[in-house]
Parts: sequence; C-alpha cells; structure tokens
Amino acid sequence: MRNLTSTSFILSAALLLAACSSTKLDEAKAPIEDRSANTAGSAAADPRSVATVNAASADGLDDPRGVLARRSVYFDYDSYIVKDEFKSVVEAHSRYLTNNKNRKIIIQGNTDDRGGREYNLALGQKRAEAVRKSMSLLGVPEAQMEAVSLGKEKPKATGSDEAAFAENRRADIVY
Amino acid sequence: MRKNLFYLIRANGTVAGLAATLAIAVSSSAQAQLRVEISGVGANQIPIAIAAFADESMAPQQVSAIIKADLLRSGYFKVIDTGSPMSETTPINYGDWKSRGADALVVGSVQRLADGRFDVRYRLLDTVKAAQLSALAQAAAPQMTRVSAHKIADDIYEKLIGARGAFATRIAYVTKAGKEYRLEVADADGEGTQVALRSNEPIISPAWSPDGTKVAYVSFEAKKPVVYVQDLVTKQRTVVANYKGSNSAPSWSPDGKRLAVALSRDGLTQVYVVGADGSGLRRLTNTAGIDTEPQFSADGQSIYFTSDRSGGPQIYKMSVAGGDAQRVTFNGNYNISPRVAPDGKTLAYIARREGKFQLYALELANGQELRLSETARDESPSFSPNGKYIMYATDSGRRGGLAVVSVDGRVRHTLSTQAGDIREPTWGPFMK
Repeated sequence: MRNLTSTSFILSAALLLAACSSTKLDEAKAPIEDRSANTAGSAAADPRSVATVNAASADGLDDPRGVLARRSVYFDYDSYIVKDEFKSVVEAHSRYLTNNKNRKIIIQGNTDDRGGREYNLALGQKRAEAVRKSMSLLGVPEAQMEAVSLGKEKPKATGSDEAAFAENRRADIVY
Repeated sequence: MRKNLFYLIRANGTVAGLAATLAIAVSSSAQAQLRVEISGVGANQIPIAIAAFADESMAPQQVSAIIKADLLRSGYFKVIDTGSPMSETTPINYGDWKSRGADALVVGSVQRLADGRFDVRYRLLDTVKAAQLSALAQAAAPQMTRVSAHKIADDIYEKLIGARGAFATRIAYVTKAGKEYRLEVADADGEGTQVALRSNEPIISPAWSPDGTKVAYVSFEAKKPVVYVQDLVTKQRTVVANYKGSNSAPSWSPDGKRLAVALSRDGLTQVYVVGADGSGLRRLTNTAGIDTEPQFSADGQSIYFTSDRSGGPQIYKMSVAGGDAQRVTFNGNYNISPRVAPDGKTLAYIARREGKFQLYALELANGQELRLSETARDESPSFSPNGKYIMYATDSGRRGGLAVVSVDGRVRHTLSTQAGDIREPTWGPFMK
C-alpha cells in the first residue's frame, strides 16, 4: 500500500512537470498553438491527469510494516505468560483499540497437538486469556475483545518436532 | 457401492498363548468403511456352533455372519464350523454337536413377510443339557436386518455370559478427510455408517443423550467452540451454550434433562450445568485455574472433572450441586478425560506417563490402577453401556483410528478407515 501511494504521487508530479515543460517548449517554438498556452496559463495540471487519494492509508492496521501487522503472541512450553518480547505487540493493539472504539478483536489461543482435545482447548483459552488480560490492563474495554480457544484443532504447523510445537503455542489477534 | 469389510482375528500370543490367524470376509451392502482388527481372547472362551440360517440369503444382510463376527469380536467365544444351514425347526442331534466340541448351538431362519419385512427367528441350544436356552422371533424392515442379527448376538451373549450384550448399540465419532469434518453414527461394529453433521470446521466431544436419539457436540463452525445438541432423527439443532469465550465438553445427566459443560465466559475454563434446551445456566466450580471435562456419575449425584488446581491436570469429583471437590487420581502428573463405568465402580481416563498418553482404568473402591493400552497417543475413552469394553481414539501411524479393549485388558480390536482420520469416539446407550 505504501509503495503504491508513493508511486502514484511521483507519477502525478512527473505529469505535472512534463505538462509545464512541454508548454514552455511549445511557447518558444510554436506560439501559434493557443490551446497549450491556455493550459499553462491556468496554472493547473493537465485536465486529463488523475491524482489518487487513498482513503484507507490513515489506518495503521493496513500498514504491512507497522507494529499492528504483528498479530501473534508466542508462548513457552507449558507457559501462559506474555513474554517481554511480545509486550510491544499487545501495547500497539491496545492503543489502536482504545483509539478505534468501533473495532473489535477475537483473541484465538492455540496449543501443540500433544494431549487431550478438551484439556488443550482449556490451555489455549489460558493463552488467549493472558493476552486479553494484558490488553484489559492497558485500558481496552471488554466489549471490544473476546478470548476464545481453538485448542489443538487448527494447527498452523503440522509437524511433530519442537519447531512445529513452538509455532502452535500461540495466541492470534484477529480483527 | 458394495465393499467388503475384513475382520482379521488374531489370537495374540502374549495374551492368549494361541497362534492362529484367521480372516473372514463379510460381504456388506452398507458403506463399510471401517476395517476391524481383533487381537487377544477372553480368559474362558465358550465353544459355540453357529449354523447358517435357513433362507438367509433372501435378506440384505447375512444374519449368521453378523452374529459370528459379533461373538468373535467379544473375545468370549470360539466359533465352531458347521455344515449346511439349520433352521429353528431342524431336528438336532445333541450328541453329535457335543462331540464336535460345541457347548452351544445357534440355529435359525429368515423369511420374507407379505408386507416386505423379514422375520428372523433363532434358537440357542445347550448341547450339554440337550435343552433350549433361548429363542427369538423378530419381524423387521429390510434395512433393520443388521439390527436383528445384533439383537440375536446380544441374546446369546446375555444367556451364556450373564451380562447384557452391547452389539445392537451404536457409536458416534468424528472423521476428518481433507478439509471436511464429519460426525458419523455407526453400529457398534463400525458398519452401517450414517453422517449426522458435515462441516469445514472442527467437531469435537460428541456425547450421546441417555435415550440414544440425540448427540451433543462442540462445533467450530462459528469460528469458535459452541455446544450444540442435535436430534439425530429430525436433524433439529439446539444451541445449548454459546457464551462469550469458549464453550465445550458437553456431558449428559443420566435423566437427559441437563448437560454439564465447560465455559470460559467468566475468564478461564470452568464447569457449569445447563438445561438440555440451553436454559438455567449455573456455575459449579470456582477456581482461578482450569476445570473442564465434566462427567456425571452413573447415579447422577456427582460430577467427575479435570482440574489443574494442584498444578498438572488431575481428576476430581464433586457433588452435582458444586462445592468442595475431592481429588481422585494421584499417580503421575497428567490425568485427563474421566469416564465413569455404568456401574460407577471403575473410572477410565488418559494418563501421560514417560511421554506416552495411554488409557488407564482405576478401581474406585481400592485405588488399583490398570494400564489398558500400549500405544502412545490415546484419547477420548468411552465405556460400552454394559461396562465390559472401553472404546478410545488411538494413532495408527500418523492417522487416527479407534480401538476397543475389554476392561480386563485381554481383548482388543481396532477400527480404522482408509479415508482419513477417525477420532472422538463415544459409545451410545442401550436402545429398544
């Protein structure tokens, strides 16, 4: 999105410059041409040029490089505490939600696939709840959040090695 | 689609000291998708001769073959070969059967009635006493022939073993193939499968209503776990618990009027009871940790559940009114998924010991624990309604399958499907 916006800005600026320079050239070499002289005289862009306004660009959620693009909080084995390295994620989303009262999130807790389905569902809930509590302490109203669990039912990584287990010990913030 | 279901009966050397391998192919017109494998035999096997029923080829299912397969799977019988078909009116030479080693003889017939139903008749004879032990005549619709056969097997089991048979009961379980999840219902032998629910989101924790007409389960179709009750006959669905957070682990009260559930509406997962129509929600546990997997005791007076109040998950018991809970499991640091036997004397559960998740049974009176599985990723135990067997989910390689083990651990058979994963079994109640 950011790339597109800047490209279109450069493009319209270039068009504007091109229009100006060509009129100057025309004026010098071919003063008979009335129409181009008029365009230059109005001090406006080429009437056929189009400049783009991006209405969504103000929303930080749409910025793929912004801190709000990070929406997963990872947990250690058998742990249900939000680690320091994910505090910035929780804080950024909390700030966004307190500034955007109409937005709501679902926090989905997940577990690795070892153990019973129901107990894992409760463990996933514990992770989602840890994130929800942190956001609540940062002032996010309850009405904007719901903590749910997917347990071990929707694994992001399907392997059964430690890397896959670690990937699945996770809570996702979903808007 | 016509498929064959193979019953592979293997006498397990370590358990029974026998080494015979025998395979019977039972032709079936139903969608026979489950493969059954049996290992081990009971302590005392009753030698029984089961004759082909007279005119049984008229019926859509071969009655005598279903009876044989049921009795073999139970582990309590040794089936003796017979020659030509014998009806319930064929004269019996008891001495001849006795000399062939059969303690009991089953004979019968199938007859098509004018209204299209099939009349299945049978007699159970005691060759030692030269007397009739039992007889039944059942007229049933063609699609019920399989049930008629299972009911005969139930009757034989009851007369010879002294406990009610559970062959005519049904099971429910969840399959996953590709992105599709299905809640399926089948006969206890895995035959005659029917799809109750199809979804692209997970389905877990099915539980039969005590009358066998409904199944409660957790479906993620609303992108979060919600508890539903589905009437299997009318396919009407009732949302029993859809509160903020997760809703899961339904278990029926013995009178079928209430469900115990696990909800996270007040923070972490806790145990509640709710009417089967979703009314009258009441919280039962009040801890700062996890309380889940509630199960009513057989008398309906207590609830067993899993709690991490002491650290790792352990099984506890409390009154249906809530209040103080007593710890039930003490061995190891991970004991989950309690299921109480119909007589209330045995508790089945999954324990993690040395990294393996295995099925255990605990005698509640003396605290004696028995490991019932040798696999490493077992889940979701479920007692047969006669209390003689426990069905559970197990991993066969990377794919999930179901296994059934006798409560003494002697007999085991597995059910698996070629098309994907099968998990979350629950054994239905006795039905009329």
